[in-house]
Amino acid sequence: MVQLKVNGVTRKFEGDPEMPLLWYLRDMLEMTGTKYGCGMGLCGACTVHVDGKAVRSCQTSMASAAGKSVVTIEGLKGQHPVQKAWMAASVPQCGYCQSGQIMQAVALLKDRPKPTDKEIDEHMQGNICRCGTYNRIRSAIKSAAGVKA
Amino acid sequence: MSTVKIMERRAFLKYTFGAGALILGTHVESWASGADKASFHPSVFLGIQPNGDVIIVAHRSEMGTGSKSTLPMVVADELDADWKRVRVEQAIGDEKYGSQNTDGSCSIRDFVAIMKVAGATARTMLEQAAAQKWNVPAAECKAQLGQIVHTKSNKKAGFGELAAAAAKLPVPDKSTLKFKAESEYRYINKNVPVVDQQDICEGKGTFGMDAKMPGMLVASVEHSPVFGGKLASFDAAETKKVAGVRDVLIIDPYKPPHNFQALGGVAVLADHTWAALQGRKKLKVEWDLGPNASYDSDRYREQLLAAAKQPGKVVRNEGDVDSGFASAAKIHEASYSTPLLSHAPMETPAAVAEFKDGKVVCHAATQNPQAVQETVAAAVGIDKKDVTCHVTLLGGGFGRKSKPDYVAEAAILSKKTGKPVKVVWSREDDIRNDFYHSTAGMYLKAGLDGNGKPTSWLHRSVFPSIGTTFDDKAEYAMELEMGMGWNDLPYDIPNHRAENGPAKNHVRIGWLRAVANVYHAFALHSFTDELAHLAGKDPIDYTLALLGPGRKIEMNPVGMKYWNHNQSQKDFPVDTARLRNVIETVAQKSGWANRKSGSGRGWGFAAHRSFLTYVAVVTEVNVDDRGRVTIPNMHIAVDAGQTYNRDRVLAQFEGAAVFGTSIAMMSEISVKDGKVQQSNFHNYQVARLPEAPMNTHVHLIDSKELAAGVGEPGVPPVPPSIANAIFAATGKRVRDLPIRKTKLV
Repeated sequence: MVQLKVNGVTRKFEGDPEMPLLWYLRDMLEMTGTKYGCGMGLCGACTVHVDGKAVRSCQTSMASAAGKSVVTIEGLKGQHPVQKAWMAASVPQCGYCQSGQIMQAVALLKDRPKPTDKEIDEHMQGNICRCGTYNRIRSAIKSAAGVKA
Repeated sequence: MSTVKIMERRAFLKYTFGAGALILGTHVESWASGADKASFHPSVFLGIQPNGDVIIVAHRSEMGTGSKSTLPMVVADELDADWKRVRVEQAIGDEKYGSQNTDGSCSIRDFVAIMKVAGATARTMLEQAAAQKWNVPAAECKAQLGQIVHTKSNKKAGFGELAAAAAKLPVPDKSTLKFKAESEYRYINKNVPVVDQQDICEGKGTFGMDAKMPGMLVASVEHSPVFGGKLASFDAAETKKVAGVRDVLIIDPYKPPHNFQALGGVAVLADHTWAALQGRKKLKVEWDLGPNASYDSDRYREQLLAAAKQPGKVVRNEGDVDSGFASAAKIHEASYSTPLLSHAPMETPAAVAEFKDGKVVCHAATQNPQAVQETVAAAVGIDKKDVTCHVTLLGGGFGRKSKPDYVAEAAILSKKTGKPVKVVWSREDDIRNDFYHSTAGMYLKAGLDGNGKPTSWLHRSVFPSIGTTFDDKAEYAMELEMGMGWNDLPYDIPNHRAENGPAKNHVRIGWLRAVANVYHAFALHSFTDELAHLAGKDPIDYTLALLGPGRKIEMNPVGMKYWNHNQSQKDFPVDTARLRNVIETVAQKSGWANRKSGSGRGWGFAAHRSFLTYVAVVTEVNVDDRGRVTIPNMHIAVDAGQTYNRDRVLAQFEGAAVFGTSIAMMSEISVKDGKVQQSNFHNYQVARLPEAPMNTHVHLIDSKELAAGVGEPGVPPVPPSIANAIFAATGKRVRDLPIRKTKLV
């Protein structure tokens, strides 16, 4: 049995310990804000926080999440400054990748409250947006960080 | 049904409109299934509840362009509704709405007038109802943010209070309607956020991948690795041992032509997605791969290029090209090629369907719910009226989700199991079994005068056609493919011929954002740049000279009507004045005249009309000493006619800059022994944040012309602008995409 916290709530999971956290969140907890995009850690759509770090939930087995604290997009409750910056900049187009983008950006600002362009490049390059909202992602991150665009 | 917000089909069926979705019908008794007689419903797109809620139906799919919000905003503005009281409901597939095929960049231009009429009709009737109530002239009653105000007495009544009375009034004739002046708009072009924005940012938006039905199984389907391959045998013993796997079922192969049918294959059905994917991995399947197993895309690209060197079917012919060439001072010729491309929307194809009592209800990420009705009906042998298709948000579409083969799979499997089935395509399924953007070989030849200006022009293009979707014997291009930057080149050249050679398909070919414009624009604007350099002229000045004076050109291709993106040339002429204007704008805004190219830095230009919109692009590239390309700036000038949601228009062109960068620099599907070599984002590359243009500057012309396309026309000029910039930076002319395959230093 695996025990973990998801958005502050303690959960128990008795299934296949190799199941990726992604499918546990989506299919077991019905928390579908975390998205499937590639299943290989290549696109970032499934990004969540595990003990405060941005990870790809498609590459995080339930066994490895045991005892950890997981925060998903639902856990930000729409109140995070990054979410507000995203809305102010009207970042999303189709929106599918944006949960992952937001979770990745939140983790960036935790480590680097005033990121440079290079730091944004390095930290966000694992998150693909096929609609091409990258310019607005960059400016929303800077706006949330209070750095000049 | 916990996560899918829907309007019940029976509510829609209550509408008793006559045939013809676009006609304002007579009133219906109720909007909602509760048969509330006090509601007011003057159009299939609009209803007002007694409590004042305004419900506007979005009949087009939302995949990121904003049209689900923009069209309702037009209704709300003409109605003068309070946007906070507006609820936008996504329509199910139903022919009464007219075409719901969200494709071809036409949602706004095809429907904006209808939306204005819907809003203005309702407003007029509400004003009349208020006038009767207060016994005052209707001219003194004016809608204002969800209520009608009598201007002289300042009496007010909410829309909801007046709905029942308005519903009893005759529908005013369209010709009597008064429309708002642009200055009165509250929502149009005011950058009101799209209706799903907050849900998306909070992870609450429901995509096809998120749709659920009670008691559903999740299916993962193994398809033939070669298009057209047939199942020989399979062994599911190990699969069935996987915890959570419930069944393994065969889906019969499609019957040619493949159209949007399910491909056929072996489906693993399980309690949840992970079990289905694990079960898939254990499946042992043997295929009879069929004739496409010898297909090699590199070799085929050479064949297309060779075919383009040969005379083909003439699709445009003006003057005498051959004598033009014979008398030319100089000849320049070049061949260009582009690869197969996959759409790779971030959300892979996904849909859930339930077959029950001879009817299907499904929830699908689809661009075309009416095609879902037809395809599903044919797949399970029922009438299309018995298919209810609820449309979810789409996690990208780009043309892939116009083709509902995956919805048909869900319906077929539900019929077999008696349970709702959700089909989830893995990224590997998506990349390996797409309807690919076609690979093309193109040959251009120009006969030049003493100043380096062409007097004769030949453009041959050879590619497997989208037409193979509907006719498996098709070898020549469709009119729509020809009318995309090929037989509609607006250059002022007396002798002009376009030819098309035959090509067969070996994979499914489909339309991808901007379609045939993509390869034609790449060849055309690369070649134009080559000619400019050959003549020692500035590429923008040279292009303007080629376009000639601003004028409307009537296109007369050979043996067909000019496609013109399904519009008449009277309403949407090919207007070189508008093309010149965006070119001059982009030159000025980008600082083109002061550019410094050379030693790793270069500026490139391309301008293209497609989807009735005029776009000019200037791209600045840096190529470092290891040949790595970055794009510090891209300027895009756009004349898309009148716009209705300015910020979403800008966003579409910002996105096109990235989509076009992927196509130019990195994306390629290659096929060996009939099998697609790519499988996921490590080998099917798309632009990531540092590879995308660092700053995309969109310069929108304040145009009063009719609304034209927005979603697609930004893409075609981007790849040639990048290739031309790379030439300016390095002296390397890249004629075969993607650029990453050419060593630049």
